[in-house]
Amino acid sequence: MFKGDFIQNLPKIYGTYTGGFLVFIILMALAEQAGVSAKNIGVMFVAFTVLIYALIGYLSRTIQVDAYYVAGRQVPTVFNGMATAADWMSGASFVALAGGVYFGGYTYMAFLVGWTGGYVLVATLMAPYLRKFGCYTVPDFIGTRYGGNLVRACSVFVLFIASFTYVTAQINATGTIASRALGIPFEAGVWVGLISILICSMLGGMRAVTWTQVAQYIVLIIAYLIPVFWISNNVGGGIFPHLMLGDEVARLGELEQQFGLVKNSAADMKAAGVPGGLKYISGTHSGVPEGGMAVWKYLSLAICMMVGTASLPHILMRYFTTPTVRAARKSVAWSLFFIFLLYSSAPMLATLSKLALMDPNLPTGIIGKSISEVQSIEWVQRWSEVKQVFIADFNGDGILQLNEWFMRGDVVVLATPEVAGLPFVISGLVFAGGMAAAMSTADGLVLAISNALSHDIYYKIINPKAETSKRLLVARTLLVIIGAAGAYIASFRLTSILGSVAWAFDFAMSGLFFPLVLGVWWKRATREGAIAGIMAGIISGTVYLTWVFPKFSVPIWGGVNTPFLGIDHLRFGLIGAPICLVVMVVVSLMTKEPSPATQKLVDDTRIPTGKAILGKQH
Amino acid sequence: MSNKDAYWNKTKNHMIVTLVLWAFFSLVIFMFGSELNTMSFLGYPLAYYMTAQGSLLAFVIILFWTANKQEKIDEEHGFSEREDD
Repeated sequence: MFKGDFIQNLPKIYGTYTGGFLVFIILMALAEQAGVSAKNIGVMFVAFTVLIYALIGYLSRTIQVDAYYVAGRQVPTVFNGMATAADWMSGASFVALAGGVYFGGYTYMAFLVGWTGGYVLVATLMAPYLRKFGCYTVPDFIGTRYGGNLVRACSVFVLFIASFTYVTAQINATGTIASRALGIPFEAGVWVGLISILICSMLGGMRAVTWTQVAQYIVLIIAYLIPVFWISNNVGGGIFPHLMLGDEVARLGELEQQFGLVKNSAADMKAAGVPGGLKYISGTHSGVPEGGMAVWKYLSLAICMMVGTASLPHILMRYFTTPTVRAARKSVAWSLFFIFLLYSSAPMLATLSKLALMDPNLPTGIIGKSISEVQSIEWVQRWSEVKQVFIADFNGDGILQLNEWFMRGDVVVLATPEVAGLPFVISGLVFAGGMAAAMSTADGLVLAISNALSHDIYYKIINPKAETSKRLLVARTLLVIIGAAGAYIASFRLTSILGSVAWAFDFAMSGLFFPLVLGVWWKRATREGAIAGIMAGIISGTVYLTWVFPKFSVPIWGGVNTPFLGIDHLRFGLIGAPICLVVMVVVSLMTKEPSPATQKLVDDTRIPTGKAILGKQH
Repeated sequence: MSNKDAYWNKTKNHMIVTLVLWAFFSLVIFMFGSELNTMSFLGYPLAYYMTAQGSLLAFVIILFWTANKQEKIDEEHGFSEREDD
């Protein structure tokens, strides 16, 4: 079908794929017209896309070590950008981000700045140097730069904690989406999600994950942008919402004034039986909260997310797959461009969705209408049944007030198409997009963990003489074990999706940020310094988390503690990372300067040309 | 000073300039969120615009700019990789 090798044909292959997906959407729209039920359309969307990913995963199978670990280092800049964007944008980004903005407004959008600004750190401090180094995994860099098995094992430990926290949330998200789209129980959905994830990654490792992630990015971005533009036109927001919603944002301010922003007491909500996890609007959309503490809360959250981004192994390892150092740098820029397409749309979706529900002049508006009228609306009934929306008439006047309307954040993305009167085919598309987002991140994370265990622990420490076939067998076995463990824990639903996602960033920044940065930028950093820094950072961060997070602090510390300087459980990296830095610098200066060989290794890392530090196969 | 050291000095300075720009768009402007919000851009309150879209766009531009600039530094010192990507 195509001449030349696979890499040269990538634009054609993915162009055809995108065209095919658009044709599939049109076919589904026709099927809807012909009377196929909404539920079956959802099933077909998820089943069709997952089958395509599985096919790509199968076609990318490999028996070579460098293809398995770093996709043979031949992923072109732009495609690696797409794969990274899919790797990065998780189920939480896709499903919960717009909902977060919907309820949290300006304050919540610190996440947007944090989850994008971190890439500037990745590009300037890390990615090109790690690429030059030629490592397979992040601990591979730390282990070789500082030398020794102990420091390698310490970094694997941090990687494991950070990535595993994250992966349970992702498997949870695949489970939620699979269960809703396919109409099966959540627990079954988790295992369906896991199997889909494993099919994509097991046979081909990084190579398979790369090419499925590109495919998943295309699905998820189409699934996010089509509804945003369509809804914008339906509710009168203009053709290009990103540039044209100024009036709508101002209108939301007026409506907030008109309806009043009321805080409900916990006792009232409990008495009315509001289901857990559902929220109501109590803050302004575009207003900036006053006061130094509010500014600090915004900045501290942004800092944690940025520094965490630059420390997350599943993201850093994507830049090991480019052909050159300069390609790695450019690739970071492309990654952020592709991420920007979705992230800049989330606030617009939140604005449109909020306006659609709040504006009494719009046919979709529900606030200020009589409760019996609202309860008879079809989508309200459907989402009430599954406890995703809830109405509590606190003042008993039979009219729906702003503070009496409760909904789960996910509903903003999943139900707004329906609310704005879009055909169900769009909701099916959104399910497919959410599934793609959650699967692609879970793939990257499971692979990051199992690669670190198989390469750094098994091959480098336990059995350095292992043959290629045995190494890959171990890698694949670990992949299945890690995935299954993640799914098992996810099926208990320990935290909400976003709580645990933020934790992964804090764990990673506590234990990995400074060892990685100083490894390149400070020749004097020693092995002892790195070991002490990693352990001090991760332990102090974790201890602080248990102290500040009420669910942990009550059993462990015997009570609820007030966060120190406003550093709550979302921001505990601000304790871990500085401690890691101080300990690492002090211990490094107290110990003997690294050997000339190590210093030369750092010198070579800093220059793009010349041989990689670690060989092509190692 | 050897060519390698000169290269690394330039790279370091470039890194610092990039991080200053980064800090401006990620931290400094949000220190003045409520003051900025009284101004407007494209009809949006300015601080709202920056956190929803403006800073994000600035990061994308910074990244392409910084990669191009670094490539020039590479070339100047003869550390440019062959065009094979």
